[in-house]
Amino acid sequence: MNEYTFPIVFGVFIGVVTRLYLLKTDYRQYPTYLHGKIIHIALGFIAAGLGTIAVPAIMEKEFAAITFLALAASQFRDVRNMERNTLNELDQYELVPRGKPYIEGIAIVFEGRNYLVIFASFVSTLAYLVWNIWAGVIASIIGLLVARKFMSGSRLKDIVDIEYVEPHFEGAGLYVDNIYIMNIGLPARQKEILRYGMGFILKPKNFNARSTIANLGQRQAILHDISTALGVYRDSGTPALVPLAKRDLDDGRVGIFILPQEKDIEKAKTIIGNVPTLENAIRMPTKSEANKKGRKLR
Amino acid sequence: MTHEKLILAVITTNSNKIAGGAPIFTCDTREEMESVATNLEAILDGIAHSLSDELLIIVKH
Repeated sequence: MNEYTFPIVFGVFIGVVTRLYLLKTDYRQYPTYLHGKIIHIALGFIAAGLGTIAVPAIMEKEFAAITFLALAASQFRDVRNMERNTLNELDQYELVPRGKPYIEGIAIVFEGRNYLVIFASFVSTLAYLVWNIWAGVIASIIGLLVARKFMSGSRLKDIVDIEYVEPHFEGAGLYVDNIYIMNIGLPARQKEILRYGMGFILKPKNFNARSTIANLGQRQAILHDISTALGVYRDSGTPALVPLAKRDLDDGRVGIFILPQEKDIEKAKTIIGNVPTLENAIRMPTKSEANKKGRKLR
Repeated sequence: MTHEKLILAVITTNSNKIAGGAPIFTCDTREEMESVATNLEAILDGIAHSLSDELLIIVKH
């Protein structure tokens, strides 16, 4: 026991609490219960330890110890690889796959959260050692709030208006509003699709959103999330029953065609609205120098 | 060489208009054509697309 024992225990504790707080298992059921979680809690513990130890190291003028943090960076990059590999493997067996950009987004988040844990542990230990435990508690609350702020990205409802449209056929062509989805040759399939299918139109609120929802990964993420939440009328060997999202080339609207098992318009709208906008899909054409001048983009 | 999309079979009631590489199934009626296509769809794991009233193709996506 020395003067650093309690601050270190405190810092590690706060770090692990932060990791647990960021590790909510929601409708996506990922990470899966228990084993997947334990990996992340263990890594969170290591991250918390690294963030905490940095403070006494500085105070003892052991500056070389800070290089440990470089070690941490490579360690957590492996977390990203691990998540990416696992999810890619699993994705092949999903009825409606997540798609690579969604997986990449999840993997980045898992890496990023460990750094947030390091940050939370660092500030709380620092405040404890510089002032007292109460300052440490306040610092850890601030750390948690910052972590939460960085954790939550924007959602689809922030960038698009969602409207329900009954899908219909023109000949063999399946349409959602005026957006062509696909060609279905068999009348039996067409009947099934009209019976179970639902159509939604996503209308981008601005020019930036138009590019974001055009991203194929973003569209696949929408289809995956909604199929997870409402079920999907599909099996292997029925390739015609496939949820799809297609784009209206004229105005950038996206037509979503889904086959849920639970046909509830309001629920579906809420779920689509809560789909995360993928970091990898966000584009900001309006920030381009050329676009700032002249006619405003809409 | 890998194929992104591939016509696995052609089902038709008018064989005069068809020629080429994919297996061709000639049927007498539209009903027969549809039942053949339904079976092939399940067997081949492809989607039946209709190009005209007398022509269906099974495509692997």
